[in-house]
Amino acid sequence: MKIRTFAAAAAIAALAITATGCSGGTSNSGSSDGGGKTLTYWASNQGTSLDNDKEVLTPQLKKFEEQTGIKVNLEVIGWNDLQTRIQTAVTSGQAPDVLNIGNTWAASLQSTGAFMPFDSAAFDAIGGKDKFVKTAMDTGGVPGQDPTSVPLYGLAYGLYYNKAMFKDAGLTPPTNWADMVADAKKLTTGGKYGFALAAGSYTENAHFAFINAAQNGADLFSADGKPTFTSDGVVDGISRYLDLMQADKVVNVGNAQYDNGTKAVNDFAAGKVAMILNQNNADSSIVANGMKNDEYGVVAFPAPAGAKDVASHVAGINLSIFKNTKNKDGALKFVKFMTSPETQTALGKPFASLPVLAGAKAVFTDNVEEAKTFSDIYANKSKPLPLVPSEDQFESTVGKAMNQMFATIASGGTVSKADIKTALTTAQQQVEAAG
Amino acid sequence: MSATTATKKSGPSAGPPKGKPRKPRRAGWWLPYALLAPAIIFEVVIHVIPMATGIWMSFLKLTKMFISNWGNAPVIGLKNYAVALDFNSAVGAGLLKSFLITVAFTILVVGISWGFGMAAAVALQKSFFGRGFFRTLFLIPYALPMYAGVIAWKFMLQKDTGALNHLLYDNLGLPGDKPFWLIGDNAFWAVVIVAIWRLWPFAFLMLMAGLQSIPNDVYEASAVDGAKPLRQWSAITLPMLRPVNMVLLLVMFLWTFNDFNTPFVLFGGSQPPAGDLISFHIYNASFLTWNFGSGAAMSVLLLLFLLLVSGVYLLVMNRRSKRA
Repeated sequence: MKIRTFAAAAAIAALAITATGCSGGTSNSGSSDGGGKTLTYWASNQGTSLDNDKEVLTPQLKKFEEQTGIKVNLEVIGWNDLQTRIQTAVTSGQAPDVLNIGNTWAASLQSTGAFMPFDSAAFDAIGGKDKFVKTAMDTGGVPGQDPTSVPLYGLAYGLYYNKAMFKDAGLTPPTNWADMVADAKKLTTGGKYGFALAAGSYTENAHFAFINAAQNGADLFSADGKPTFTSDGVVDGISRYLDLMQADKVVNVGNAQYDNGTKAVNDFAAGKVAMILNQNNADSSIVANGMKNDEYGVVAFPAPAGAKDVASHVAGINLSIFKNTKNKDGALKFVKFMTSPETQTALGKPFASLPVLAGAKAVFTDNVEEAKTFSDIYANKSKPLPLVPSEDQFESTVGKAMNQMFATIASGGTVSKADIKTALTTAQQQVEAAG
Repeated sequence: MSATTATKKSGPSAGPPKGKPRKPRRAGWWLPYALLAPAIIFEVVIHVIPMATGIWMSFLKLTKMFISNWGNAPVIGLKNYAVALDFNSAVGAGLLKSFLITVAFTILVVGISWGFGMAAAVALQKSFFGRGFFRTLFLIPYALPMYAGVIAWKFMLQKDTGALNHLLYDNLGLPGDKPFWLIGDNAFWAVVIVAIWRLWPFAFLMLMAGLQSIPNDVYEASAVDGAKPLRQWSAITLPMLRPVNMVLLLVMFLWTFNDFNTPFVLFGGSQPPAGDLISFHIYNASFLTWNFGSGAAMSVLLLLFLLLVSGVYLLVMNRRSKRA
């Protein structure tokens, strides 16, 4: 009898663990104090490490405290955790007052209704909508509604290349896709590879699914926000990107396990690969890894001949205010401070970001040519990711499907266009089911 | 309201009560209730309320549109279940596939862990020099913090820099290319191996404890009758460990079927299809697409399945033990 009781108790306990397992998740320490004298701020990782971010931001926050008397409690959150932390904050209401979001999530997070919309009064309080570059401001939320975020740091993808390796092989930086592949093939010799890709990172993969599809003129969502992942343009675009590893063999198959951009950057800085695709904030990491600024060059990510000249999405970090903040005035003051020309200039260099203020100059690098290239990509060759509520689901479903495609290729299999279409059909059904 | 009027009518003026006369309450009658209260309150707060919330969530369209204000989420009845169980759609097919993988994973992990645990427990049953050392050694995986253990495996299973490939291909000179262990089809075997490594010391510990209760004279008597170790094991050890095994297998089954930590730490954010265990699958279904209603429905389905298996198992085992 005793055994039976024990067994039953054990079974109940184990089942209870199952049932409650879902409600665990990340614990949340963010809280907003009642008084008007403090603010909680969640910053994303922009510098070379979380500690580096803290070092860079703290003097600015001190300055803000001197100006307004408001103390800012800073927490820097890594990219692997940021989305989950925001999710938990939205769900529980235990949220910071002001936070960083990836600008591609803006429309998705707007649809949760947890963020404060910037109406004209709020914009007046932070210095007007017109102070921002229009391309950047357009990422603030769904078109036609009051945006729930404003731009903070501007980013764009560029093709970083190792000058010495190109020179030794007698090559010039590529200007179209075919050239880039030919160069990469030439440079893939003697244990070195033409390219490193963060092929195990779903966000990176999703971005390049979008960019390659955009080069083919294909859209991921219809005008009414329904996913259209399975069109030929999207399939061809993804296939072209996968072929860097599959058909062209210019990427080490080991890259299928690179689950963030840093690993590719390390390979590049160590001279193991000739090219990487990264956003401009890679600059600080490359230099921190020992490669000098004049040892690498940057050109726009090239499109195939005759395709649309899209080299990047409009990347960047936006600032949002949680709707239930108890210190709305203080939060607005803080947003104004963070987007002021002085703070932007002070943070532009350590975080290697592009200016989001109209008329401001890029200060992230002393290399005039590089600054010009990135500014040109950002202003003229970037297309915003779809500003629809399901955008984040595009990133997670298509991005993860591409992780698996790279994994298949890396472990010796092949991924045909039909396989890509099947995987995208699955992704599309998942997004539709959640929508 | 009606209750108060009723008591007034049947008050003292309505004559003596028809039932037994009520005993006056003894002093201290409340003590047992007071002593039970904390346990019951915590049970309700920690187990019953979250479970009920989970079940309630499964009937809601709890997507990100409503996540900041749950009260507004529309009730959609069984629609979440319909989607999860429609095996022709991507969501249902994914759940079914994940379920089947988990079944295979559970059978392998529980079976092999039990086998290892039994072998080690029997080997260490007789006292010899160094027994204490081996007992401690075998329990290390169970004592290690789970994250530390699994992350060490994650390093060992890397393709180019991992210890496993180094041992197999560089030291032992296996032909061919080094394979990936954490992506592609090998991921299934990777997660099985790590889960066995984590689970078998528990089986070992339980069986070792069980073996202590088997009197030595039974073995001596059987040895006099000429029983060899294998016969002793099948005729004495196994039957006498039956009560222990009954609980052990059930608990190991439930733990393994629900294992979330091992795949989560081993594979990180994106699990390979071959290692798509069901708890992790449900987590992804909820958190990747912010569709918590759908995730809750899948959790309830999992709960029902485990309840069914556990119920049938206990029923069958108890009936047999009565017959014996």
